[in-house]
Amino acid sequence: MSSPLILISVFPFLIALALLLMPGDKNSKIISTIGAAIQLALVLFLLRDFMSLRASGVNEQFLFLYDYSWFANWNIHISLGIDGMAMTMLLMTAFVVLAGSLISWNMQKLPKEFFILLNLLSAGAYGFFSSLDLFTMFFFLELAVVPKFLLIGIWGSGEKEKSAFKLVLMLMAGSALILVGMLWLYLQNGHTFSIVEMASNPPSKEIQMLVFPLLFVGFGVFTALFPFHTWVPDGHSSAPTAGSMFLAGISMKLGAFGCLRVATYLLPEAAQSYSWIIVVLASIAIIYGAFATLMQTDLKYINAYSSISHCGFILLGIGMLTKTSITGAIMQMVSHGLMTALFFGAIGIIYSRTHTRKVEEMGGLLKSMPFISSIFIIAGLCSLGLPGLSGFAAEMTIFVGSWQHADIFHRISSVLAISSIVVTAVYILRAVGKVIMGPIKNVDYLKLEDANLTDKLATGLLTFTVLFMGLAPFWFIGLVSKDAQIIMDQFTHQIILP
Amino acid sequence: MLKSLWINLLTKLFYRSMFVQLFQYLPIESLLFLLVLLILGLKINDKTHNNSYGNIMALGLFIILPLAFIFGSNGNLFGNMVQANSINFFEKMILVFATALISIQANDWLSKQNHAAEFAILIIVSLIGMCLMLSAGNMLIFYLGLEMASIPVAALATFDLQKQESGEAGVKLILSSAFASGMMLFGISWLYGSTGSLDIQTISMGMADSKFSSMAEIWGLILVFSGFAFKISAVPFHFWTADVYQGSPLSVTAYLAMVSKAAMAFVFISILAPLFIQLPQVWIALVSITVALTIFIGNLFALKQSSIKRFLAFSSIAQVGFILLALIMPSEQSIVSIIYFVIIYLFSSIGIFGVTTWLESSGAKSNLSVFKGFYHEHKFLSWVMAICLFSLAGIPPTAGFFGKFFLIGSGININNFYLILFVVLNMVVSLYYYLKIVKYMFMDAPLEVVEVKPIPLSLKLTLIISMLGVISFGVSNWLYNFIHQLL
Repeated sequence: MSSPLILISVFPFLIALALLLMPGDKNSKIISTIGAAIQLALVLFLLRDFMSLRASGVNEQFLFLYDYSWFANWNIHISLGIDGMAMTMLLMTAFVVLAGSLISWNMQKLPKEFFILLNLLSAGAYGFFSSLDLFTMFFFLELAVVPKFLLIGIWGSGEKEKSAFKLVLMLMAGSALILVGMLWLYLQNGHTFSIVEMASNPPSKEIQMLVFPLLFVGFGVFTALFPFHTWVPDGHSSAPTAGSMFLAGISMKLGAFGCLRVATYLLPEAAQSYSWIIVVLASIAIIYGAFATLMQTDLKYINAYSSISHCGFILLGIGMLTKTSITGAIMQMVSHGLMTALFFGAIGIIYSRTHTRKVEEMGGLLKSMPFISSIFIIAGLCSLGLPGLSGFAAEMTIFVGSWQHADIFHRISSVLAISSIVVTAVYILRAVGKVIMGPIKNVDYLKLEDANLTDKLATGLLTFTVLFMGLAPFWFIGLVSKDAQIIMDQFTHQIILP
Repeated sequence: MLKSLWINLLTKLFYRSMFVQLFQYLPIESLLFLLVLLILGLKINDKTHNNSYGNIMALGLFIILPLAFIFGSNGNLFGNMVQANSINFFEKMILVFATALISIQANDWLSKQNHAAEFAILIIVSLIGMCLMLSAGNMLIFYLGLEMASIPVAALATFDLQKQESGEAGVKLILSSAFASGMMLFGISWLYGSTGSLDIQTISMGMADSKFSSMAEIWGLILVFSGFAFKISAVPFHFWTADVYQGSPLSVTAYLAMVSKAAMAFVFISILAPLFIQLPQVWIALVSITVALTIFIGNLFALKQSSIKRFLAFSSIAQVGFILLALIMPSEQSIVSIIYFVIIYLFSSIGIFGVTTWLESSGAKSNLSVFKGFYHEHKFLSWVMAICLFSLAGIPPTAGFFGKFFLIGSGININNFYLILFVVLNMVVSLYYYLKIVKYMFMDAPLEVVEVKPIPLSLKLTLIISMLGVISFGVSNWLYNFIHQLL
């Protein structure tokens, strides 16, 4: 039994291997970029097949299944398969990886190692999104952690070592919780790691109540769940440009995807019981993230804190547990991945020219760098949720979903979350106004060159995806609504909370 | 074919004499003994002061591996005193293989010593002892093997005759191991008293038969377990480890940390576990407490070490905790997992010790800070080091991830949720100190430039073997399945 997914999850390893074996540093960026482009093409072909299969009425939950018995004594399989949700994640990953490779063309320091690590990171993401076995999923999740440590520590800026350690230790603590939860589930629920089998046979309520916090918090650490978000600002701001793009774009989505696919989907009763805590934490993250961003003066910190706020929307969507809100959460994962990668890309390009990220030191960049300034504006508008861009489509869906709950608790949290948009508008417009518009604070900035070809390609690609998703949200909803329905079906036999 | 032909021939010649059986059931021990004689002969006739005994020993050991495979077979000897089966044969092969790699790495250092041949002989004799211990079906043979394995190591620890520390290490090792042996013997005598036999199977059956676990048996268990814990340096019997590791020459430290520890782990599963699972309550409580303490204390002390050897000592203590964890409920799965993990541990350690041995023989200080900025000058060595450290820390895709996962997976049961949580969170702590060295190598500016001599091909080969093992053993499942079908 063969499946295109094997190729997709093995291909990044092949690129890394090719880079490793290639003598010299010169061609690594070319190989990595071509590899990422081929990977994107593969994913697009996969999308075409996926849509044509769905259109021809194939109704199985997971398509392109592949199964290989890895450790037979433990019932561990390499089992691959994707649904619409995973498909969108793969798409998002492919775009961000290509853009990340393109934007790192100016990398001077140890380029070969840099691109090998980037590819290992993306290998982890591709494998994670297409796995249907908890062990394999966990394997890929952890695979994606240590490259981040090296990327931040070696190529980063500022207090890079401290940030790298903070990030890797917090993420590993998260995955330690996942490990325990996963093994407990394995032990108590028929010695299987298969997600499909576990979903069809959920464990008893007691076990769910014990395991759910472990899994949700574990994955939540990756996606900046409120009290465990502290690695986000340091990690993102210290990382090199492509590193921040991967971190915020892909890596945080690993956690969100896990929260949805593993914690919520496999443990529906506990998800319902704990949903109010998730909603509270998500609302705090949204508000706190937004207000914390107001105080930031460093462009990367602005985007990092706003990421906390935006990832809060994902968790809010999951916590609300309605079909629409879960669809919105999936959309927000993709939207935030693309949008934040675009934002970090633009910031990185600006930083590489002005050598400062302080908002007050910049001004009037539109005059010298019109292209990248426009990209910066688009990314900012997407972040604040302008209709026509992806952010609006995703956040709107989440709000519609959360408004479906008519009780006072959910109304209050929805209103709080929605009101954060005003704060978002304040900090985004202020940053755009000070950096892009306004008087020129430094005469040297007039001589700055605009983005070069690769930068333009990278940011152009992401701008295209952001626009596409904003303009054709229903195409997107069609892709994932079936999966949201399947997650909802897990709840049908139980009592829905008032 | 070849095997039966050979056995037939020998049988005809000696008419089933004891030696044939000895050679058939204990092929590795016999061949090692021949190797000792060979090296002794070389030493006596040596007029040119040829000092590459490390390589000679490695060559001998590598020749022994296939020979033993051809001639060895399964069976019992001396009325169940010695048992040969495929699992302990495999374990012995691993020990021999690891020793061969260590002796290649030691070759350069050894060539500057006056007593190179003695080093080789002592190591091989202690290896014979370990192999005998693994085959033991009787407590006496086991004890014989144990002493034979530990006394030469104490002599090895004092090998650096010029250094006071080295003598100190030797004395500490011999005293503590004599103390441990004494405790173990005392425990064995309690068991003998309560079951009336020294045969391990009979003791086990005798303990199963008794309706209630008598005080004598519990005492025996606790004492024997303490002796074992001493030898494998589990907390609270770990105090000798760091000092002995630090004082001994690096190659001896490598032997102690790898082969000696691996042999004890193997003995743990083949002798202690089947014996004492008859007293499950006491056993589980004992092992759980030891596991929690060992991992915690090992990690805690490893965090702040600045000397490479002390660091490796404490981190290896933490690793022992994970091995013991799988023994809480001994089962087929946990036995396979432990052997699998020990092999991975050996391969990862070979990489680390290979790099540090080479640094030391290039004249670098044995502080962790020599690794600062290491990557700028020595890319290959840094990657070996990093990958092996990742494997010890349990990070995918290295084999260590799988090893740790399987150990934890076989250690978990319905009653010890919090122990597992504690252990797994400790893994995060251990990640910190392993990554600290990675940080030194890749991120820090170099303190002093270490002039490293060009690496000889043989050493490079050991490093490549260790890397290949560390990367391939996990992702491809053949090793695990191979061990499993040996059972």
